[in-house]
Amino acid sequence: MGKRIGLEVSLSAAEAVKMANVDCIAAYPITPQTHIVEHLSELVNNGELDAEFIPVESEHSAMSVSAGVSAVGARAFTCTSSQGLSLMNEIVHIVASMRLPVVMILANRSMSGPISIWNDHTDVMSIRDCGWIQVFANNGQEVFDNVLFAYRVAESQNVMLPLIINIDGFILTHVIEPVEFWEKEQVEQYLPNFSPIHTLDPDKPVTMGGVGMPYVFSEAKVAQDEPLKQSKSVIITAWKELGDIVGRYYKPIETYRIEDAETLFVTQGSFGETVSLVVDALRDEGKSVGLVMDRLWRPFPFDEFREATSQAKNLIVIDRAISYGGQGGPLAIDIRSTLYKGENQPNITNFICGLAGRDVTIDDFKNIYHKAIEKVKKHPREEDFEYYGVRGK
Amino acid sequence: MEIVEPTNVYAYKLITKKEYFAPGHRACQGCAEALAVRLVAKALGRNVIVASATGCMEIISSPMPFTSWRVPWIHVAFENAAAVATGAEAGMKVLMRKGRVPKKKITFLAMAGDGGTSDIGVQALSGALERGHDFIYICYDNEAYMNTGIQRSSSTPYGASTTTSPAGKLIPGQMTWKKNMPEIAAAHSIPYVATACPSYPIDLVEKVKKAAKIKGPAYIHMLSVCPTGWRLPPELSIKAGRLAVETGVFPLYEVDHGRYRFTGKIEKLRPVEEYLKIQGRFRHLSVEMIDTIQKRVVEEYEKLEKKVEMTEGD
Repeated sequence: MGKRIGLEVSLSAAEAVKMANVDCIAAYPITPQTHIVEHLSELVNNGELDAEFIPVESEHSAMSVSAGVSAVGARAFTCTSSQGLSLMNEIVHIVASMRLPVVMILANRSMSGPISIWNDHTDVMSIRDCGWIQVFANNGQEVFDNVLFAYRVAESQNVMLPLIINIDGFILTHVIEPVEFWEKEQVEQYLPNFSPIHTLDPDKPVTMGGVGMPYVFSEAKVAQDEPLKQSKSVIITAWKELGDIVGRYYKPIETYRIEDAETLFVTQGSFGETVSLVVDALRDEGKSVGLVMDRLWRPFPFDEFREATSQAKNLIVIDRAISYGGQGGPLAIDIRSTLYKGENQPNITNFICGLAGRDVTIDDFKNIYHKAIEKVKKHPREEDFEYYGVRGK
Repeated sequence: MEIVEPTNVYAYKLITKKEYFAPGHRACQGCAEALAVRLVAKALGRNVIVASATGCMEIISSPMPFTSWRVPWIHVAFENAAAVATGAEAGMKVLMRKGRVPKKKITFLAMAGDGGTSDIGVQALSGALERGHDFIYICYDNEAYMNTGIQRSSSTPYGASTTTSPAGKLIPGQMTWKKNMPEIAAAHSIPYVATACPSYPIDLVEKVKKAAKIKGPAYIHMLSVCPTGWRLPPELSIKAGRLAVETGVFPLYEVDHGRYRFTGKIEKLRPVEEYLKIQGRFRHLSVEMIDTIQKRVVEEYEKLEKKVEMTEGD
């Protein structure tokens, strides 16, 4: 077993990147991502990590440099938040289409404006359809483990797709948590060297990123989406084997006390841990409540989600992002379409809360629970949503 | 005029007959940019990794599933050729250091048009030059956004009529002066900056080879005549390039570790009119405008002469 250390989550994430033996880190500073890249530059400058730290002049170049790094067969890492993600957006899409397995930590922060440095999921939701594998983390340990998982999955020959690890800005990035490190041998056992079939190699020249004329474009896009869908089995295996090595087992959909629960909360990211306490409290009050946490966002685990919610009468979906003019938050929209025509058709209430770092406490979640039950009684199957806790409404 | 130095008379024979930029690509007839790309590829040989920006050269050479590239080539987007090339350079450096790739000299080449360089790509380029990567950046300057249909860029010369700086009744074409990209590159104090033009192939090849030898960033600004966008017959491409140099509109020079040197000193500049009159894009110019251009060209040429004098070696 690796040593257990109390460390800021950003620093332990950087330590995990070091354990993954990355070759190049290209990054541009943006709050709340900074501590991760600061620590990585420290590790490189102190000779603890044999890698190139490339202090680029923008996030657009961070992702572009990462593309170049990955294309020659080296392991690339980058890290950003909100506006930085927006600036690199163009390249984020291209990297997926070019099947370059870059790994990025997204320290989730709200999208401007008004400008805000605080946490929500509006950044990642803005690139939902970018073609990357996307996972959420509940806590620091999960971030650490998932960095190693990320390279293992992204670089798998059957996958070869980039991967985003979402971690809630400040709420996770800036807190100190106990994290169990891996032993070097465990990493070696779990994560092979990056050895892609095609690289930019003068001895075996290839052309990467050619023009897709209409006669070839659709085929190219389907050829990109298929491996993303199929990556789910690689992801499940990689989490299983991670568990076999370090004893922590992860699943695309995590559940907590869902047995016989009439009502299920559905969350992404660090809300999960808070809501698990709410579930305990409500259970103590005799309420029939459980929790479903979505860890794998893309490819969306449809079967696992349907299975986890197969007995529920009510779902309370918590969104930390807005789909302007849409029918609720992005998570709720996906869940409604997942359950449409399913065998079980629970009532779905949707609350958008915690925008730009506004605290959502245990009492708030209890309140949300009561509101949801009330709503369902009055208007079952109504597909509305509510901005929770907004003044002047 | 001593643009072709005496020792180089037979030098063209030293240029490899191998083609790394294959024929059969989709460039327009008379495209001097494709010619320049071909010569650059010959100069650099097989041990090269090319990162190309979006633009003419990218679309004419890489329509899937075909490719004109016999060397490793990557295209990611429009404004990031410098970033992609330096990523490849950094990645390869680590792989060689860690012994995962055999150590050998590989040249990293970023290439983009004038829009991809002096407009949308200038930030990524500046960042890459400042970081000091060992790579060559070549701007193939055809003086407008030719790929999208001849729109003006900051590299379009004064007076030129383009589709977004048309010669109108009120405004007679482009009213700004061409951005001086080689000087902007030189301001980064990088080891090597040069201008070149495929109308002078030996000079071009020598500069590219020199750029490849030098450790650190090198920038080459390549005037690339575009018959389609400049409105001139394809057979005049080479001549137009020569006239650009001989009139002083596009001086051939290099800045080697801060030292300016003419590689084709023109003792007596030909009148700019000779260059302008063969191009449809300047057809509308008044005598006064031609005069304004003439004055500016002489002024700029003299400035360059002073820089050469000031930085001359012993």
